[in-house]
This record gives sequence, C-alpha cells and structure tokens, in this order.
Amino acid sequence: MGFNPQLNSNGELQHLLTIEGLPREIVLHILDTAHSFLSVGEREIKKVPLLRGKAIFNLFFEASTRTRTTFEIAAKRLSADVINLNVGTSSQSKGETLLDTVANLSAMHADMFVVRHSQSGAAHLIARHVAPYIHVINAGDGRHAHPTQGLLDVFTIRHYKKEFASLRVAIVGDVLHSRVARSQIHALTTLGVPEVRVIGPRTLLPTNVSKLGVHVYHDMASGLKDVDVVIMLRLQNERMNGVLLPSAQEFFKYYGLTPEKLAHAKPDAIVMHPGPMNRGIEIESSVADGRQSVILPQVTFGIAVRMAVMSILAGNA
Amino acid sequence: MKIQIKGGRVVDPGKAVDKVQDVFIAAGKIVAIGPSPTDFDANRVIDATGMVVCPGLVDLSARLREPGYEYKATLESEMAAAVAGGVTSLVCPPDTDPPLDEPGLVEMLKHRARSLNQAHVYPLGALTQGLKGERITEMAELLDAGCIAFSQADVPLSDNQVLLRAMQYASTFGYPVWLRPRDATLARDGVAHDGQVATRLGLAPIPVIAETVALSTILLLVRETGARVHLCRLSTAEGVDMIRQAKSLGIDVTCDVSANHVHLSELDIGYFDSNCHLVPPLRSARDREALRRGMQDGTIDAICSDHTPVDEDAKQLPFGESEPGATGIELLLALTLKWGDEAKVPLAVALAKVTSEPARILGIRAGAITSGENADLCVFDAHARWKVEPGTLKSQGKNTPFSGYEMSGKVRFTLIEGHVVYEG
Repeated sequence: MGFNPQLNSNGELQHLLTIEGLPREIVLHILDTAHSFLSVGEREIKKVPLLRGKAIFNLFFEASTRTRTTFEIAAKRLSADVINLNVGTSSQSKGETLLDTVANLSAMHADMFVVRHSQSGAAHLIARHVAPYIHVINAGDGRHAHPTQGLLDVFTIRHYKKEFASLRVAIVGDVLHSRVARSQIHALTTLGVPEVRVIGPRTLLPTNVSKLGVHVYHDMASGLKDVDVVIMLRLQNERMNGVLLPSAQEFFKYYGLTPEKLAHAKPDAIVMHPGPMNRGIEIESSVADGRQSVILPQVTFGIAVRMAVMSILAGNA
Repeated sequence: MKIQIKGGRVVDPGKAVDKVQDVFIAAGKIVAIGPSPTDFDANRVIDATGMVVCPGLVDLSARLREPGYEYKATLESEMAAAVAGGVTSLVCPPDTDPPLDEPGLVEMLKHRARSLNQAHVYPLGALTQGLKGERITEMAELLDAGCIAFSQADVPLSDNQVLLRAMQYASTFGYPVWLRPRDATLARDGVAHDGQVATRLGLAPIPVIAETVALSTILLLVRETGARVHLCRLSTAEGVDMIRQAKSLGIDVTCDVSANHVHLSELDIGYFDSNCHLVPPLRSARDREALRRGMQDGTIDAICSDHTPVDEDAKQLPFGESEPGATGIELLLALTLKWGDEAKVPLAVALAKVTSEPARILGIRAGAITSGENADLCVFDAHARWKVEPGTLKSQGKNTPFSGYEMSGKVRFTLIEGHVVYEG
C-alpha cells in the first residue's frame, strides 16, 4: 500500500483520516505545533487569526457532544467560522445519501469537514469525493480510527514522560470495538514506543490484534507490570450484558483499574482515559481522581492538538 | 446456416483434445471436427487461425437481477455480458425479488431468457419459501418449471432441522441442493474476513469457522440423508482441507470457488474499497493459495464468476453499509486463464474448470465439443491483452475489484446453437 490517501503529491497532510501510515515527521510536527498552541488557551483573549475566513463544518452523523465541542473550540480559537451539523437527525433521516450531504455542503464553500460516523471508512469515502481544496478530519469512524484522540494521547504521554523510546504502555478494555485503541496503537508504534500491551478478555480483543504490533495479556497483574502508562478504554453499555461480557461487575472485578491493580505498574505511571468514564466499571474513582491520573489534562491538550491539525491542513503551520 | 471455424486450436477439456483443426456447424449442431464432411458448403467461414476454439463457458453463478432489481441490471444487459464473456450456459441463483420460489416466476424467467436468444439460463429454485428458512418449496413443481437445483443463495439457513428436512426431501427425488457453507450466527453482522485487515480497519469480522462449522454440518447431513450437494463459493484453507478429506472418504460432493477469490485477498480491500466487499469475504493470502492448490488437485471442481451487478449508489457507501458483490461474467475467461498461467497447468486443465466440470456438476449436455450436439462455442485469442475498464463492460454493473488490471485472453466469437451471438 504505497499510496496514502491522506497525503498530497508533495507528501504533505491533505486529510487526517488515520494515524496508520503517517510519516513520523508529520506526527512530530503535529505534536510540536500543538505545543505552541497550548498557551493560546491560557491567554485572556483565546484567539489567533490563523483560520480567519475559513468555514469548518462539524459533520456528526453520530452524536458526540464532547468531541464536537473540542473541535468547535479549537476552530474558534483559530478564528474560523464553525457550522455544527448533527446530520444523523436531519438529512440522512430524510433519505439523502452521505455523499449527497457532503456535495451540498461543499457547494456552500466549506474549507474543512470534521466527520464523525458510525461506519468504519466513512471519512475515507468522503475524502475521496471532496474537491481538492477541502480537507477532511476524521473525528471517529466506526471501529476504525480516531486520529486526533490518538495524537492527543501521545501528546499527553510526551508531556509527562518526555521521550518514547523506553516506554511500556498498556491499553486496557474493549479493543475490539475501539477506534481510539487502534489510533493509540498506531501513534505509539509510529513514535517508536518499544512495548505496547493490550489487556482484556478474549471477547474484547480482535483475533489478530498482535498483528498491530502489540503484546496481548488477559490479566491485569502481568499486563500492568512495570508499565509507564495505563490507558483505560471506555466500555460501551451495550457490551456489558450479553455474549461479550457476563456483567459490568465481573468486568470491573478482573479489569477495572483499582489502586491495587495500578500498584503493578511503575510508581510514577500515569493513568489516561479518553472519556467519558464509567466510574466503577473501567476505573475506580480514587484512581480517576488520584495523583497519577492525567485524564483532565488530556482534554486540555486535545484542543491544542486539534488546533494544530486544523492549521497544518489549512497550510498555516 | 452452415459455419466453418477454420484453423483454430480446438481444446475440448473433457475429452483431452488439444489440436489445430476445423469445426463444422450446420442447423445449430456440430456436424464434424477435423476433416470437412462431404458437400459441406459453408455460408460463413470464421478464420480462427492463432485462436483457441473451446466449448462455451458454463458459469455456475451469475445474477441476472430480474425480477425485481432491474435498476441494478436487466436480462438484456447481463445476457449480452454473458456472451461477451464467452459464456453460453449460466446458473442464476434464486435471490431475486420475489425469490424464485414459485413455478410461474421460473417459467417467466426462462421464457424471457429464451426470447433473447442468448446464453442458456438454468435457474436455481429457492430451497425454502421466500428464502426465509422456514418452509420448504414445492421442489417438484419448480423442477418441472425449469429449475436445475435448489439453493438458499447467500441467505444461510439458521435452523438445522429445516436444512435436514430440505435435504431429505430433495434426496427423495434425487434433486441437487446447492449450499453456501456459511453459519448464519457466526457470520452475523460481519463484513470482512477476521484477519489482519479487518483488525486494522475496524471492520466487523467473519471468522473462518463461519465456513467450517457450516461445512461440517452439511457434510454430516450429506452422510445422513444421501442428498446430492454442491458446495458453493469455498473461501478458506480449512474448508478446502475438509472437502479434500470428505472426497477421499467417498462422500459425493462437488464444490466451486469464485474467480474473485482465486486472485484476490483481504489485502485488496486497501482503504475500504467497497468493490472488494464480497460474500464470502476475501480471505487471507494463505486461504487464496489453498484455493488455488485445491483447484489444481481437483478438490475444487469448478470456477464461477459469482457475477453480481450492483448499482453505483449501493457501492458508494462506507464499506460495511455497501452492498456486497462484484460484476464478473466478462472476466471469467481471462481470470481462469490467468490462474492456469500462474499455476502452470495446461490450457485444457484450466478451461475444464469453466466448461466440462461445471457441465458435469449440472448434468447438462454442454461444456464439450461433440458431433451431433449443440454448437455452443467460444473462440478466443489467448494472447490478446486488454485492460479492465468498468465503463466498457457490457454488464450494467460496473463494480469490479479488477478495474485497471491487465488481462490476457479476449473472446472473439461466441456461438450458441450455431449462431454467432457475439463478435469482439
């Protein structure tokens, strides 16, 4: 697969669809640019004029208040005009196809689409059909990718751990259905993290997950041993009572992050979670709010990372 | 009308014939192969010098989309595509709308097809009413109306008792049952092979055991009922092994594979190419190699196109929402030759998979070049190279994963009952 649909003919970022296959230099450029944007949020006037006059459409075919809000804040801090569309409740329900919706919005002179969709590959499909001057950012597609989340996670790790080359990182929970986990794995391996582990019961891990370059564990004690970073994944409600898991309680007993389980990790290990958290299911409150938790800084960093991606795509960074 | 096909390399796989000679046709039948019959005065001489003359291809699965899906394709368009691909006999699955579960529908389809004077159409009747898997169909009536066997098309039976009864009933009369080995529950919601590509792209997986569990059930039921079963569209290495073993134990089953699966693997999905959304899913390179070996050692009897024209709107969707299937009847010959070339098997061995073998499975007098039989023939240039350009395909469906591929082997003439129905 030499062709990469998210790079233009000069090898520059044209769309952000997935972290898989992104050159390491581009990932580092995004992280460095994000770092320079961190201070914008701390100023009294939280705005820079980099994207003034640009129209950014938040196209959410699947509801997500948190992600949509962070993209909206990022765009507004860059002075762009933001239009939010919850497409799941409008044109799609009237029978319009995904590509028709996109074509209509393109005709309104959009410069960038931020797309969230329940189907893997939806952002790729849109990117293939937009005019060359329009940029597409994947804000989560099915089980496939959530690249800005993956980037903000490695940004967070770099913030606390400085360098990647000696780290052990564990990702815990429902990897099978997680676009976040896939993007985290690609981001971590692209940046040279030597040991990425996934921990979960067999029902929540893809059969071929080791092909992604990760080590597979089914128990927390050995999976968390001596890790520097623990990333907990969100467990969707519909997974808890059925064939994948017998109950939320049993999941918490074996895989929920408690101080006792966290004690297997290095003493200075950080705890991350993409949010929103299920307290008492994936993570105990004392850990979520504890000294090792960096869950709230992740949110802050997420805005800077999204600002970086938007400004790089628009050619301003 | 008397036709002389002159100077071609006549390859008749079933009879191990491979020789440059002439073929003489009169009144729709082959009247001589080799020396000219006395007083044969041809109305037309087809110069086949440098070309191959073989039996017209027999395709074990081609959807014509009528009735019910005329917006995807019509009999006119797909029959034209068939003859452009050198196909003179084809089997159409019953998953039309309504499904082929009533004699009247089958008669209408046969009548419409006959009126076009193109390929011979052999419909599969629905095994259960409405393909719902609940009540078996009036098989005897359907057979009288022109069905050649009974099938659930791509709709797997989730109730093994219904499958058992359907096989028992069919075997009472000796009717063949065609089954795709696919466990309904294990394949549920899946859209791609449970392998590295589905894992990477986050596509809902279909495990290998969805095929092997179904296959073991079917093979046990064959032993129990004595039904004549043809297994459609094998896709896994384990499945090929199971059939190889079953055949070695004397279990009388036949099986086929689609030309897509002989040449493609999960890797061809690339970045969510919905043209590679197929049923069964494209599997691993290891599975593909096993299918190729199975063809070579005879475990797999035939290759079919599994021709499924899909309209563009149904393909221009995210992979998981797109409609599975690929157009392919015009590529069947070239893809078979490509396999033969790569597997380094003689031309006759490759052509057997799309002529004599499928005809044997169907039990029809086709797939051979025999004096006194219908002159259903394909004349092709084995060395002509061409590029697959979906827009130029005769099929109304332009959905092919082979777009842009260079192919060898171009059909020049297709004859059905002594009439030239295609010249390319």
